[in-house]
This record gives sequence, structure tokens and C-alpha cells, in this order.
Amino acid sequence: MTISAPADSRTGTRVYAEYGRPFWMRLLLTREMAVIVALILVIVIASLEVRRFGTTTTLGFLLLDVAPILMIALPMTLVIMMGEIDLSVASTLGLSSVLLGILTQAGWPVPVAIVACLVMGLVAGLINGLLVTVVGLPSLAVTIGTLALYRGIAVGLLGTTAVTSFPAFWTGLAQSKFGSTGIPVAMVLVVALIVVFVALLHFTPFGRGIVAIGFSTETAHFSGVHVNRTKVVAFMLTGLIAALAGIYWTFRYGSARGDNAMGLELSVIAAVLLGGVSIFGGKGAIHGVIAGVLLIGVLQSALRLANVSSDVINIITGALLILSVLSPRFLSWFRSLRFRRATPEKQKQ
Amino acid sequence: MSPSTTTRRHGARAVALVAGVAAIALLATGCSSSASTDTSTGAAASGSGDKNYAITFLPKNLGNAYFDTSDKGGSKAITEFGGTYAEVGPATAAADAQVSFINTLTQQGVGAIIISADDPTAIGSALNEARAAGTKVVTFDSDTDPQYRDLYINQATADGIAKIEVDLITKQIGDTGEVAILSASANATNQNAWIETMKKELAANHPNVTLVDTVYGNDDDQTSFDKTAALLQSHPNLKGIISPTTVGIAAAARYLQTSQYKGKVALTGLGTPNQMRDYVNDGTVTAFALWNPADLGYLAAYGAKALIDGTITGKEGDKFTAGALGEFTVGKDATVLLGEPFTFTKENIADFNF
Repeated sequence: MTISAPADSRTGTRVYAEYGRPFWMRLLLTREMAVIVALILVIVIASLEVRRFGTTTTLGFLLLDVAPILMIALPMTLVIMMGEIDLSVASTLGLSSVLLGILTQAGWPVPVAIVACLVMGLVAGLINGLLVTVVGLPSLAVTIGTLALYRGIAVGLLGTTAVTSFPAFWTGLAQSKFGSTGIPVAMVLVVALIVVFVALLHFTPFGRGIVAIGFSTETAHFSGVHVNRTKVVAFMLTGLIAALAGIYWTFRYGSARGDNAMGLELSVIAAVLLGGVSIFGGKGAIHGVIAGVLLIGVLQSALRLANVSSDVINIITGALLILSVLSPRFLSWFRSLRFRRATPEKQKQ
Repeated sequence: MSPSTTTRRHGARAVALVAGVAAIALLATGCSSSASTDTSTGAAASGSGDKNYAITFLPKNLGNAYFDTSDKGGSKAITEFGGTYAEVGPATAAADAQVSFINTLTQQGVGAIIISADDPTAIGSALNEARAAGTKVVTFDSDTDPQYRDLYINQATADGIAKIEVDLITKQIGDTGEVAILSASANATNQNAWIETMKKELAANHPNVTLVDTVYGNDDDQTSFDKTAALLQSHPNLKGIISPTTVGIAAAARYLQTSQYKGKVALTGLGTPNQMRDYVNDGTVTAFALWNPADLGYLAAYGAKALIDGTITGKEGDKFTAGALGEFTVGKDATVLLGEPFTFTKENIADFNF
């Protein structure tokens, strides 16, 4: 072994080399597993240290709170793994919420209004996707624009008023829990989405295409991946799920307002990155993202229960995120130091 | 690059990541364990009687001078009757964030939540869950729909606001001459209600004072500033301006301060001490009104105590005593009125910071 691979962790060489490791190592020694271990640690410590944390009530409130973030994080994972980003999700959520409010107020049956909201979500995603692919603009710029645009339409439609009268059946569905287990009924929907997205990302050619695009758009193109089509579909999925989260949000809080979920896009992206998805694309897995969302949710819930002020909670969440994004870079720098020390000896031989 | 090297490196990376995250987690729960001790001692202290006087203020957002003042008033009251005061809230005002805090307080089993609602309905089901668990809910500053709370502490009524502003301006201009109103926007519901009441009050009790104009600054500083200038130009005999909006009165005062009209044209309305301090101290403005947020928090805390004690249930006609503020009666829709607005002058403005 005289040829040394560049230390850059983003090159393909290193990834293929990982397949040389035993199966259990490939399964356990991953970034995703580290987040899962951290999640378990936090849960254990919080259960021991924080009064009233280890209860079904906590579980119920926690899951109700993280459900919209968890939902949107799934398609967001696909988008970020392609090296793109979608900042317009919270605005799409708000627009969907407003649309649901206006349509039900106008006397539409709720199921029909829901379908209309989902179609709106698909269209919102389609606009993002087309601007990124056909027009060729960077997704960061496009979705900053649509973030303002969709939110503007949402607030413009309802102004400062809110629609608050929804059928009790639907609000009950979004708020109720399975008996005394504390598990919200809405989790059925979330779990179904998780199954779909795990299958989509990890077990279909579409999902493999997303990983390929994340590593290199050119290589993916020459390998037969329909780059533009894949990107547009991923953005449409994000719009669709954001609209779905908007419907959940509206029923959960019983209130359709233009400013619903303002700033939620940052919580979603933070959780996705914490879950081990590379912001440069190509790397990530759904189980890591789920653990990332839950880690932030559990940490915030435990700290709130322990009467830690919201500023301190923000500081801790921020520090955690920076640490998690930084750690692979720091470690690769550390490794390159060791590597450099080892190299001269090899050259002597 | 040999497979074994990769494995070791990757393993080291994962291990270090776990260590890092765990360190943060420990740090975090380190903070929390000390804080949770506080809570438990607090709960124990308040549980030593048979009433649960653990009362938590949940303002729209933290770091807001208005709520700092009101919650300090609440803290004073709670100390007086030996309860446990706490204040929690989101960093930025948002209903969904308030819901998370309400849920947390429900779990902690506090005696009462005193909340300024970010949304009249979105926090409703969370509040009802808290009430089902035995927590009393008092709203102040900004109400929810009546079915979601036990008591609402109302800062002022339209009549009270209109009357004090007419009283202040007529006193300053010697009860004779022309006055004008600088309002917010032409369709602001509460502003228009106040203006209507002011007109009636002027017609009934101040026959020598004429309201010559009502202009709208749209609660925008620059527009209000320009409208004030235009108002003074088109009405050379104008003796007083009423601006029942905090944005309007501050902009009008800024215009008057550097104009030839300073000291000649009286200005009053609704303002906050921090915005108006300079203008009051240099004589541009003699007096303006607003409710006292510290009293509002103080009354809300005593209202919560009365609910916990069972002295009141929120029924119309229920009476309770609020420490230094005296006795209060519950009105329609379980609402308690703080009283007449508070008048700020050069003498007392230094006592307030909001």
C-alpha cells in the first residue's frame, strides 16, 4: 500500500473502502448510530434527573410537538442529500393552513379542502423544482424567494384574522392519544410516512439516484440518473409533506393563521443536519434524521421541564448542532495530522 | 488506504462524536438538575400549606420591557402572600411555543398560570388540559376566548381611556379652544371606539372645546410625524392634540419638541414612559396616560390566589382583595377591570421602565 488516498472525506474512494469493513462495524460505527446513542443517553439521563420527565404525558406532548418537524424532515433529507435546500417549507405549511381555513369557512367538506391543500403543496414544490432545474438557479436563492412569497400570500389572504372553527372530529383526531399510552393518534401518519421514505431513499433506484446526485451531478447524469426529474420530484415531495404538516398544525392548534409555524424551516434543517445528513449532499440516512429530530425534541422538553430558560435552551441546541456539524471535520483534520506524521516513515522504506 | 486504517479512523470518529454529544447532554442536564432542585424545593415550600401557591407567569415573550414590569408586579404580590413565583416563556412570541410551555406547566402541576395569550384560540385546548389537571388559568394583557380561562384581568375600558384623555387635554388648554386627534389607522376598531366616546364626552361636558380634525398616522412613525406637521399648518389656532396610540404620541412629541409650537400646543394620549421620558422631562408633554403594567401583574397574581383559595370562581359579582390595590369585583365573562388608566407626569415618570 504505497498509494495514499487524499484525506478529503468527500471523495468516493473512501466510501467504497468502507465496504471492506465487517458488517457489524458498517452497521454500528456510523454517524447515525452516534446520534441514536446520544438520544438514548439524553433520555436515560433526563429520566433520572428531571422530575416528571419519564411519564406518558411527556411522551404525548413531545410527540405532538415534534410531529410536524419529523414529517417535513423526511423529504428535506432527500433534498439536502442532493446538495440542495428548501427554505420555503414553513411558508408552504402556513399557506396550506390558511387555505384549509378559508376553504372550510367557505363551506367545503374537510376532506375536499385537505386534497386542495395537498395539491397546493405539490404546486408550491413544483415551482421551486422548476426554478432550480429548468431555470438553473441555486435552490438557496429560489427558496429564500418562495419563503417570502408563500408566506406573503398566506398572510395576505387572512390578514391578522384567524379561522378557528373546525369540525371537532378533525381537531380531535390531531390532538387525541391512544388511551393512556400517551402516543398521539397522529403518529400513525408519521410512522407511515417514515416507512415510505425509508423505502424510497434506501431501497429504490430513485433513492439511489438522489445519493448519486449528491456526490456528483455529472457522474449521476452519465450513470443514467434523470437529474432534473429527480430534483423536481424531491421538491414536490417537500411541498406535499409541508402542506400535510400544515393540515396537522391547523387541526392540532385549532387555528388557521398566516403566521403559523414561522421559522420552522430552521428547526427542520437543524434536525436533519444533526441527524448526520451532509449539507454538501451524498451522505445521510432516514434513521439518523429521526434520531436527530427526537434528540432536539427530547432535549428541549427535558430542559423546559427542568425550568431552564428558553434562551439557555436555544444556546444548548445551537451548540449541539455546531458540534455535530463540526465533529467530522475536526476529526478529519486530526486524522490528517496523524497521517502526516506516519507518512515520512513510509517514504523512508 | 488500507481497510483496517479506515475502520479505526471511522470508529474513532463515531466514538468521539458520541463523547461530544454526551458531554453536551451532561452539561445540559447539569444545568437542569440544579434547576429541578429549585423547583422541588419551591413546590415543597408552597405545598407546606394545603394550597398550591406555585404561580407561573407566561408572557407573550421574554425580554420584553412591558412584561418585565408586569411580571415584577406579580412577583411582588406572590411574595406578599408567600407563594412561589416563576416566569417562563418563549424567546419570540408564537402561539405554538406557548403551547409547549403550557404543557410543561401542566405536567409540573403548578397552582396557576398567568398568561398573556399569543393567540385567542390556538392555546385553548392546552389551557383546558391544564385546567382539567387542576391548574387555574388567568389571562392578562391579551385575552383568550372566555371558555379557555378562569379569569381575565382587563387593563382598561374604552370609556376609561376616552375619559382620561379628554380630561388631560381640556385641563391643559384651559377647557377652551380647538383640539385635534392623531389616530392610528382609519379602521382600527378600538381607536375608533375611543374617538367616538371622546366626541360624546367633549360635547357633553366641554362645550367650549371643538374637535376640528381627526388624522391618521397608520401607527407608522414617519407618517404620524408628517401628519402632525400638516395638522399644525392647516389649523393655526390649534391648542391641543390627542393621540391615543403609542406610536402617534411619540412621533407628535418628536415634531413638537423642535418646532415653534413647543409649549404652545398641548399633547396627550396613550404612551409608554420609555418612549415619552425625554419629552416629559423637557416640557414638550405635560401628562399622558396608560395603565400601570406592574399593577396589572400584581392584580393578576392576587386573582390567581383567590381562584386557588376558592374565594372566587369567576362568577359575576365574586369579590376578592388584591393586597395594596384593595377590593375588586368580577364582572361579566369572568373579567376583572384594573381600573382607571394611570397618568404619567414629570413627577412619577422616573419610577417606570417599560
